[in-house]
Amino acid sequence: MANPLKCDLCSKPATVHLTQIVNNKVHKVDLCEECAQAKGVTDPSGFSLADLLLKASLNPEPAAGGMKCEQCGFTQADFKKHGRFGCPACFDTFSAIIEPMLDTMHKGTTHTGKVPQKALARKTLSDRLNKLELDLTEAIKSERYEDAARTRDEINQVKHTFGQKPPR
Amino acid sequence: MTIASLIDTPSELTDATSSKTAIVLMTRVRLARNLAGNSFPGWAKPAQREDVLAACREAVAATAPMKRSLSINVDELSDLEKQILVERHLISRELSGAKAGAGVVISKDQTVSVMINEEDHLRIQVLRSGFQLKKTWAAINELDSALEDRLDYAFSPTLGYLTACPTNLGTGMRASAMMHLPALVIGNQMEKVVRAVNQLGMVVRGLFGEGSDASGSIFQISNQTTLGEAEEEIIKRLGTVLNSIIEHELNARQKLLEADAGKLFDKIGRAYGILQNGHLLSSGEAMNLLSLIRLGVDLGVFPDAHRCVIDRLFIEAQPGHLQHAQHGEFEPGQRDLLRAGRLRAEFANFTKPNFTLSPDGPN
Repeated sequence: MANPLKCDLCSKPATVHLTQIVNNKVHKVDLCEECAQAKGVTDPSGFSLADLLLKASLNPEPAAGGMKCEQCGFTQADFKKHGRFGCPACFDTFSAIIEPMLDTMHKGTTHTGKVPQKALARKTLSDRLNKLELDLTEAIKSERYEDAARTRDEINQVKHTFGQKPPR
Repeated sequence: MTIASLIDTPSELTDATSSKTAIVLMTRVRLARNLAGNSFPGWAKPAQREDVLAACREAVAATAPMKRSLSINVDELSDLEKQILVERHLISRELSGAKAGAGVVISKDQTVSVMINEEDHLRIQVLRSGFQLKKTWAAINELDSALEDRLDYAFSPTLGYLTACPTNLGTGMRASAMMHLPALVIGNQMEKVVRAVNQLGMVVRGLFGEGSDASGSIFQISNQTTLGEAEEEIIKRLGTVLNSIIEHELNARQKLLEADAGKLFDKIGRAYGILQNGHLLSSGEAMNLLSLIRLGVDLGVFPDAHRCVIDRLFIEAQPGHLQHAQHGEFEPGQRDLLRAGRLRAEFANFTKPNFTLSPDGPN
């Protein structure tokens, strides 16, 4: 016992070792007596290993610090404090710290369930519309009127597709 | 619909008569959803929270299941009203303590509730009495698709539905069943069951979720992970686990009867006596006594039709419901007196226990 395991939450020597096997993947948590008690590991009414794994993965401090979400101003330090993210765009900003976390937290790392088809289609259309409108302004500015006419027709077509969606 | 009329209408849970509810009292599925381009509720500025609340309330109220629903801001609710909604599992404790800019929409029949600006922009929930995982999933899937028509969900092809907490990524779904497992508790087997269920990637919690105790031998079992598995697979896997727990509970009941029926009947008989004559009952004790009566119904000691009475009392014995029925706020000590009085009245005309079981054994 030259190198005793340290508690994942407070780095005291760990005496409680939990192992969970989900889908042939081994998830391990090492805790000291106090943290195990505090987290209700010994409590038969249940505890959530996922929560523990989440907290354990925030500790020790990740090497790359100082990242900040451009969309909402959320920082890595904020995540350490709250355990929640700031906005949907944070998942791009912090992908480097999220990916290793998911591996221990979930059954897989890629979504295989329901996909919001209509919302996605609507987003694709509106992205396309934005781009076409930019093109149109550009074409008019540089006096490429044939291009402008063609872009305008395309815009009308996209708008028409939008219009055919069931009334909301 | 107003909050007052909703509270005076029995919930789905208090009105169930199906014998399918024998061990699984209730099935619930919830989905976490967020709106693209908006900060999550815990990080959003007050004005953003208000915008999201308004947009979501409008979209939710426009769906078919939410016709004539109750749509209300959390700060319009009194503490007692919030407590009653928590006791009916229609809002979470977290939402009841939320700051300004949070709300809830509850369907007229109280089977659907959508919390707005809880941990995520939307927490959609459908509940059904009894063991109805597939039906519950079908209902919530349809509602979710109707909402998706009106709202731009934050979604990533790889991470699925984006949620404030990474533990909910992917499907954003938590499916759960509320189970009554008295024989596993009496036989001290619950710890073993919890461990086995954890190994299978499912979580066991008390009646009111995280950190709550298991009074009344009622437990909630739900999936732990949400990413890397489709909704139907999660539902199927949970169903298998639930069926195996049901089997264990039934075996444990059989064993208790075989080992010492007298001891078990003594527990049930004493519970009946205390409920009929007690004058001070804490909610924990009341839950445990009612649990024994419910076990008695399952064993044929009391008529089957009484199960729904017990399920109603499980909820009415809670502090919020009790105070509402008595039109006032009371100290815990006074509540115990009132609770015992309420239960005495209910059990005064309750069928006497019949301990001579049919020759075929308990049903």
